Amino acid sequence: MKVSLKWLKQYVDIELPPAELADKLTMAGTEVKGWQVIGGDWENIVVGQIMAINPHPNADRLTLPTVDLGTEQPTVVCGAPNLKVGDKVAFARVGANLIDGHSGQAIKLETARIRGVVSSGMVCSEKELGISDSHQGIMVLATEAKVGTPLADFMGDVIFDLDVTPNRPDCLSVIGIAREIAALTGREVHLPDAGYEEAGETIDRQISIEIAAPDLCPRYSASLITGVKIAPSPQWLQQRLLAGGMRPINNVVDITNFVMLEYGEPLHAFDYNRVRGQRIMVRRAEEGEVLVTLDGNKRLLSKDMLVIADSERGLAVAGVMGGADSEMTGRTTAIVLEAANFNPASIYNTGSTLGLPSEARMRFERGISPELTLPALERATQLIIELAGGQAAKGVVDVYPGRQEPKPILLSTGEVKRLLGVDFSIKQMKEALTSLGFDCQPADSASEIRVTAPYWRSDISLAEDLVEEVARLIGYDRIPVTMPGGEVPRQNPAPIIDFKREVRRHLAGYGFYEVVTYSLTGLDLLNRLLPEVHPLEPEPLRVLRPMTAEQEYLRPNLRVNLLMALEANRRHEEGGIRLFELGRVYVRRPNDLPDEPEMLCALLAGSRFDQSWHGGDEPVDFFDARGVVEGLLGRLGVAADFQPSDDESLDPAKQAAIVVGGKRVGVVGEVHRKVADAFDLAEKVYLLEINLTDLLPFTLEHKLFQPISRFPAVVRDIALVVDAGVTHRQVVDIISGFPLVTEVALFDLYTGGKLPAGKKSLAYRITFQSPSKTLTDEAANQVQQKIIDKLAKELGATLRG
Amino acid sequence: MLKQLNELKSAALKELEAVSQAKDLEAWRVRYLGKKSQLTGVLRGLAELPIEERKQVGALANRIKAGLEENLGQKSRLLKQVGLAAAGEGIDITLPGRPYPTGRLHPIAQTIAEICDIFASMGFQVVEGPEVEWDYYNFEALNIPRHHPARESMATLWVDAETEKGERNMLMRTHTTACDTRVLEQMTPPIRVVMPGRVYRYEASDATHVPMFHQIDALAVDKNITMADLKGTLYEFARRFFGEERKVRFRCDYFPFVEPGVEMAIECLVCGGSGCRLCGNSGWIEVLGAGMTHPRVLERSGVDPREYTSFAFGMGIDRLPMLRYGIDDIRLFYGSDLRFLRQF
Repeated sequence: MKVSLKWLKQYVDIELPPAELADKLTMAGTEVKGWQVIGGDWENIVVGQIMAINPHPNADRLTLPTVDLGTEQPTVVCGAPNLKVGDKVAFARVGANLIDGHSGQAIKLETARIRGVVSSGMVCSEKELGISDSHQGIMVLATEAKVGTPLADFMGDVIFDLDVTPNRPDCLSVIGIAREIAALTGREVHLPDAGYEEAGETIDRQISIEIAAPDLCPRYSASLITGVKIAPSPQWLQQRLLAGGMRPINNVVDITNFVMLEYGEPLHAFDYNRVRGQRIMVRRAEEGEVLVTLDGNKRLLSKDMLVIADSERGLAVAGVMGGADSEMTGRTTAIVLEAANFNPASIYNTGSTLGLPSEARMRFERGISPELTLPALERATQLIIELAGGQAAKGVVDVYPGRQEPKPILLSTGEVKRLLGVDFSIKQMKEALTSLGFDCQPADSASEIRVTAPYWRSDISLAEDLVEEVARLIGYDRIPVTMPGGEVPRQNPAPIIDFKREVRRHLAGYGFYEVVTYSLTGLDLLNRLLPEVHPLEPEPLRVLRPMTAEQEYLRPNLRVNLLMALEANRRHEEGGIRLFELGRVYVRRPNDLPDEPEMLCALLAGSRFDQSWHGGDEPVDFFDARGVVEGLLGRLGVAADFQPSDDESLDPAKQAAIVVGGKRVGVVGEVHRKVADAFDLAEKVYLLEINLTDLLPFTLEHKLFQPISRFPAVVRDIALVVDAGVTHRQVVDIISGFPLVTEVALFDLYTGGKLPAGKKSLAYRITFQSPSKTLTDEAANQVQQKIIDKLAKELGATLRG
Repeated sequence: MLKQLNELKSAALKELEAVSQAKDLEAWRVRYLGKKSQLTGVLRGLAELPIEERKQVGALANRIKAGLEENLGQKSRLLKQVGLAAAGEGIDITLPGRPYPTGRLHPIAQTIAEICDIFASMGFQVVEGPEVEWDYYNFEALNIPRHHPARESMATLWVDAETEKGERNMLMRTHTTACDTRVLEQMTPPIRVVMPGRVYRYEASDATHVPMFHQIDALAVDKNITMADLKGTLYEFARRFFGEERKVRFRCDYFPFVEPGVEMAIECLVCGGSGCRLCGNSGWIEVLGAGMTHPRVLERSGVDPREYTSFAFGMGIDRLPMLRYGIDDIRLFYGSDLRFLRQF
């Protein structure tokens, strides 16, 4: 909210410079986001009055106004079309700092000769004064401006930009802010005297008001003013509205807005002669009822919305926007002035359904006090009589079904200490609360007070609320600094937290860069993972009203985003790229939140090492990806099995399921050519994916120490020739099934050359070792022969000669 | 005298640079560092100087002496290796090593780890909650009913899913505070936890907004937890994360789930408090929102607010590495660009 310092000063004495005032408000909860000084550099600019306007002898478009400054009457050259004798204007003397009306640059005014006439001074436009961008003509001041006074005294101001928190609707008003300032600076608030003279008939004979929906309208107050004349507002009033960010319309509307800014209570004026049946009814709308609002739009209402109606039709959407049918016009002479209170939730629902934001709605939604209606109504009635003429009917209508007695709250020094950790005395508490308008009465105990909040503080209902009031008034900096005492809570850390961190570090160690990508993705992108078209199973979760088609589905895998990241980087990266992401995927569950397993996905593409003087840049292959999986799992202390797999996004021939403890926890393989193409990746891309939530339990298994044999090992190499279809796995399983074999390592794989077609050669290094004795060559030979026999029998293996 | 010494140093270094044979080094040492060298002479003659000058000249002469000795050592090692290489016995150690691929953690992951470690050392345990949440945990349980204005400041991404009762109340959590109630329901006091993770908003991207970012919330519940403890905990965090010198400010602020409410700001990292564009001329940068957990929040989760008090805070994470490294566009974190990621 924007608040003028000059306006604030009408209710509270302020001596602090703007920066200090801003700091006090900010520290106490109402943040001052900034402030604008108007007229801070208006030296040498005074109020003048135009006495005469003579034509310029050498230029048709220029004139020579003579301006009365009280002490002197200079004649200057002026190019503005709107000069009138008698107008009050802002006159800049030589030396004044102005904004050049054409270039927008800051300038210092000098004596100038314009088309042969010397001009020592200038009549200013708003732009030249830095008030606005208007350079259409000179700025005409209000008639009450006194000739000769410095313009800064007449128009200078500081406009504060406040961030009012949603719990403080009372601070959406100048008086509310004045109350805060008064409490923070030890001053009193002076409220305007809102008395006015009543005349004519009593209001009850001229209008009746009924609340048919008291749950949605706790209070409705109204006054009636006849004989008003609708006209533009005086300049001071227009200025107040403009400073508060509102547009002036006419005197009555401007007054309702002025009082809303002043008191925080939204008001509405109806044309009395257009209220049929002299009756106002506050009721729920009928389903399908249509009302044309002030902005000219037809609004379709529903039965949970509240309308202000007369005996025949709706006049306004209560608290949200007035209706065109009862709007004031230039011919309006009598008005019904409404000051009501509405249920915040109802206003919110109506306003958001109709898509109507407004200053009034914002105040009602935040729950302003129903006690506000009368003071604001009186003030507005007074101003209307004063500024728009007419007379007020005797009395006001005040229907108040929602009246609630204020509830005192007990506040003890103990409670303050319990929450803040500091001892404040009853005296300190009382001082702080009283300055904010709270009523403090003694309670049964000397360490307690009975506190009643002032009516405007609708946010206060608990002792905790009072503790905050005390704390913010005395100052948060007065609260000491301690560390939580007592017992340090028992730690039961979830192993997944450390596990994820460890996996991240290992991946970085293998040369992968971590990326973080958006958790939402598009159906079109997900479909790129499928070489054959078919629906995704299970169907991914969707968000309502997606921002874009690429942000419509909760990702069921990390692959899409990583492939896109790879493609994006390929545009500027040569050589090897290794990327990984560790994050959640979302799997639909019936009638529950989705499952959110933690996934790891990584990609490898390009060269294994950067090309350097040490050698070439061989591209990565399947075994790089698999090696990373083996290395990672090895470091995590689990052994993996690689089994046949049929992940459709991967090349059918070059992929393996990662199986740990009999459970499939992931997959590793080459990205299917069609999938890579769909992501514009011409190169071969290798992918590994592990469900960390599934893997975690295996890493936590209890391990037992294996004794280290004290006896020497015997190492033998054998080279086998087998059919090309025989797998390494089959061979190893047979060899390692024999006693005394402690290690089997493949050290050569050979095809072609002298070997017949359809055959391959596998060479193994086998380590034999006994835990209990030194192994003889004889014993090793025996086992080795048995191994060879079994391999020959089961796999048709022969020794390579 | 000081000027002379500096000139002497320059001359010595220039001459050393020109030495190309190991055997010539000894002559250089004798000339500049030997017993009869000018420098030694100066050091010997110090006692005769007036006290003030003695301090200055002595300090400089000793510094130059140590520097020259260090330079001599380096030159000597260099000449030796060059000699070996020339004889075919050595290697050129300035050649690059074998290029093992390097990887790095994402700056956000690094920041989360750093923050969690600081709080872990104060007895806070790390827990995580679901990113897809019920309206209840994200809003209702935190005193944010349907019409509350606080909902407007957190534009929500709703999930297209209906419950058995036909309600659409599943959403992408808008803040990690959504974990608070789950923790209160599941753990028994004393409790100290931090809760990091991804959060979501229905928001278009620009340099300061993204529809997904990261937060960390914290909760401490015990019989005697006070706002003084909150201040102490946050001061300690700020000291360790932002540095010993960084000033911290606590002011009153409003969040529906705490009472009293607090906002913590640190002195601007760019202008140091005098006001600049980054801090909107205030000199302060808001870092987190905090307060004493609202009694209704505790009550709703089965914790008796008469028996226990609690503090809570929530902090945006992305902003922290932005401030630390001077990153001016939050979208860079989520762009997966290696030219960005290599820098952290």
